[in-house]
Amino acid sequence: MHETAVAQSLIEVISQEAEKRCARPIRAKISCGQLNMVNDEVLSFAFEAVAQGTRCEGMGLEIEHKGLQAECWVCNHTFAVDLADVRCPNCGTENFRLLPDAPLLLEEIEFEEGADDGEG
Amino acid sequence: MAKVDIGKKILNANETYALRNRELLARHKRPCFNIISSPGSGKTTILVRTISDLADRVRIGVIEGDIQTDIDAERIRATRAPAVQINTEGACHLSAAQVNHALEKLPLERLDIVFIENVGNLVCPSAFELGEDGKVVVLSVAEGDDKPVKYPAIFAKSQVLLVNKIDLLAGGAQVDFDLDRVRADARRLNKGIEIFPVSAKTGEGMQNWYDWLAGQVR
Repeated sequence: MHETAVAQSLIEVISQEAEKRCARPIRAKISCGQLNMVNDEVLSFAFEAVAQGTRCEGMGLEIEHKGLQAECWVCNHTFAVDLADVRCPNCGTENFRLLPDAPLLLEEIEFEEGADDGEG
Repeated sequence: MAKVDIGKKILNANETYALRNRELLARHKRPCFNIISSPGSGKTTILVRTISDLADRVRIGVIEGDIQTDIDAERIRATRAPAVQINTEGACHLSAAQVNHALEKLPLERLDIVFIENVGNLVCPSAFELGEDGKVVVLSVAEGDDKPVKYPAIFAKSQVLLVNKIDLLAGGAQVDFDLDRVRADARRLNKGIEIFPVSAKTGEGMQNWYDWLAGQVR
């Protein structure tokens, strides 16, 4: 459900960037960590719905998920965490610390070429 | 111009307010905890009991988040502690901006600790920083002992886990709940998490929570 709030914030950030460049955004790529609890389908639906009537209407949205990483206390190995079976794949212990989860990030925007009166 | 690298946090607007809240609370030296759980786990009952039991030692103020009604704020005010109610009108979590307006209404100079009781929901509130010092997750035994595995984010991000309604485990007849499993699953995600089994109804185990809380007062 919080995907609607994420979609609203995303549209605000994209609109600011588009305004700065006087260009029409056609596609955006975002990334998020595992603990942001973002569901692709729900976010895409919310984005499409909230974008109506804004300069983001009709935009494509690509969502990349970044897995959780952990660092083993015993052997210092850094590894991708599988929450269903959390142990160090190198030494087998459960003695590790989770590294900070990736934030919700707007990675890139693709703008329409040659449109509007932008300088680029 | 085609593809442009941006690299901006999507929840920047929320985080700006969270930072503002953090600065305001730090200026008053007031520790602040964000309480998160499913609906009905006993967040408000825990707060009411905590406020009453610590009345002569720790002054507590509460920001209450609910979709509708000010029932919870009224329960807090009945203890004579100050409470500000936020109605999210459908939203499943509190935002830092809402908390910012509520903080302005609390008499911070006359408080020792501020609690934010988030909207009852084990998923969404964990994604929105409010400027708190730490999150406290409440899990009541009737919800089942599989919750840390099923909802890992909030257990990974919380400083304290209160396992509430342990009075229901007495006699063993009413609820199947493996406390050791919850401990192991929560610690696997979060080595530093403090875990206090409590009953806000009978008071059992609450002293451990109070001792921890007293250690947070600046």
